[in-house]
Amino acid sequence: MAAKETTHVRTLVSPMRLRTRRGRATYWTVFTLTVAGFTFAFLFPIYWMVTGAFKSPDELLQSPPTYVPEEWHADNYSEAWSRMDLARVLRNTVLQAGGAWLFQIVLCTAAAYALSKLKPVFGQIVMGAILATLMVPASALLVPKYLTAVDVPFVGANLLNTPWAIWLPSVANAFNLYLLKRFFDQLPSDVLEAAAIDGAGPLRRLWYIVLPMSRPVLGVVSIFAVVAVWQDFLWPLLVYPDTDKQPISVALVQLSASLPLTYLIAAMVIASIPVVAVFLLFQRHIIAGISAGGVKE
Amino acid sequence: MTSTAVGAPRKPGEPGKPRRPRVTSGAAGPSGRKPSGSLRRKITDNLTAYGFLAGGLACFALFSWYPAIRAIQLAFQRTGGQSESGGTEWAGFDNFTTVFRDPEFAAAWRNTLQFTLLALLIGFVVPFLLALLINEMRHAKTFFRLAVYLPVMIPPVVTALMWQWFFDPGPGLFNELLRALHLPTSNWTNGEDTAMVSLVLVATWANLGGTVLIYLAALQGIPGELYEAAELDGANLWQRIRHVTIPQTRFVILMLMLLQIIATMQVFVEPFIITGGGPGDSTITVLYLVYKYAFVYNNYGSACALSVLLLAFLAAFSALYLRLTRHHG
Repeated sequence: MAAKETTHVRTLVSPMRLRTRRGRATYWTVFTLTVAGFTFAFLFPIYWMVTGAFKSPDELLQSPPTYVPEEWHADNYSEAWSRMDLARVLRNTVLQAGGAWLFQIVLCTAAAYALSKLKPVFGQIVMGAILATLMVPASALLVPKYLTAVDVPFVGANLLNTPWAIWLPSVANAFNLYLLKRFFDQLPSDVLEAAAIDGAGPLRRLWYIVLPMSRPVLGVVSIFAVVAVWQDFLWPLLVYPDTDKQPISVALVQLSASLPLTYLIAAMVIASIPVVAVFLLFQRHIIAGISAGGVKE
Repeated sequence: MTSTAVGAPRKPGEPGKPRRPRVTSGAAGPSGRKPSGSLRRKITDNLTAYGFLAGGLACFALFSWYPAIRAIQLAFQRTGGQSESGGTEWAGFDNFTTVFRDPEFAAAWRNTLQFTLLALLIGFVVPFLLALLINEMRHAKTFFRLAVYLPVMIPPVVTALMWQWFFDPGPGLFNELLRALHLPTSNWTNGEDTAMVSLVLVATWANLGGTVLIYLAALQGIPGELYEAAELDGANLWQRIRHVTIPQTRFVILMLMLLQIIATMQVFVEPFIITGGGPGDSTITVLYLVYKYAFVYNNYGSACALSVLLLAFLAAFSALYLRLTRHHG
């Protein structure tokens, strides 16, 4: 982006206008209002949730409410942790998300590499069939996908209550595969051709040339893969009837009716911490991925 | 999605590059392919490529392509408890008539369309305005992006439970804020008239971050000279938005509108967790009804019939989306 060289690209409001005294006053007013508005709209609800989990049950229901907890009850969090057995629930979630990540990275990368660089016959048709699944609303597949998981064709296995029911469908992710393929398409072909001439097979080329050059896209796809499993609700609700194996989002809803509100809110905060941490750590990659991958331009 | 461009020999971004550059080892010959034995070579190359593809394709086949066909098949079948023989039998259009006769059918479609329309009105204009605003800011750009995208990262279940608590007519945050400002309070999700609007607020809050970021990327692609030229012609702020910003981002606006319609027509988590479809049938949605047919009534055929109706409805938008991206690309 050429934008980096100059301090700011010309946008709606001209920089000349902003240099005038009135322009500067208007800018700072609008800026302050925007900061305040964003803080109130997007951060305040989260603040309310985090502090709500520190309040005593009485204080939580008190009207008018307290904006800062009078007494800080950190034990709400530890109580929620033990009552919901969050250690087990989070272990389930990590197992499901980690496996889904591994399967997607291995199988989607291999498939995208084959379609982009090995270019087999009917490769375009296969890519078309994969992209076509983006057009099929996920909800239309809900019931038949569930029936497939209950009785996998040819294999005859029942995947219910096993992490395979999360792992295998997660690979059928056309969006991530498309991101990978588009990235591989832009890698310079002459390096790969030179390696092929020197006798490097397809796997060596993938491992030693393509993958090291693809760190950014692998990072984005990894984050999307893990976050998607962490956030998913309806699918794990269907394939995990066994409450001992359910991931965090399903467990939260199942226990929401029976758990005291303070503990429930504390559990909600705990459920959000990993994804928010991932977001804050990798925000640059995530934002770049969304901006670039959302719409082709 | 330019799947058409895949067939092009090299990427077009590098002009003037010779087709066969610097062959280092002479033994391999030009581009390493000999005419003799090329068929065998081709076959092994293809086998290797499909070896790489196999795992991914198996997953797509099992969990995308086959279910898509099976959805249509099931819509015309009776299974398990629904059929007289206990097995699978053809049902003609019976599943569809079952669904049509259900009093919740009309309610579900009405609510879903209402949700989509409201989400379009609120959730469509707001992100565009926010993106415009962020793009004008000379400071704290990272803060704005982080803040607007943070709700997207929070698990939807947490968002839904959090808002359910905020909506509580008694000690909920919203009524407390309204009371603090001496404004009339609302029943939010407990009132038949306000329940759907309340759910739209949740969905908008939770999802607009992604839209804002994509708009921002589009806004940054607008050449600054266009604004300068418009300003020289005496265009005021509104006219610059109207005649430069909107035409320049028209494609992205249209894409996101279609994607949003497709996504909001499949709303499920918010009504399922926050209202349970109520009060009455005021927030039951099409996907919620699919869920009920399949997993409450164990009637897979009718669930699929309803899915197929939704699929047909959305196919129109999907086709439009595909046509536009193709056309544009």
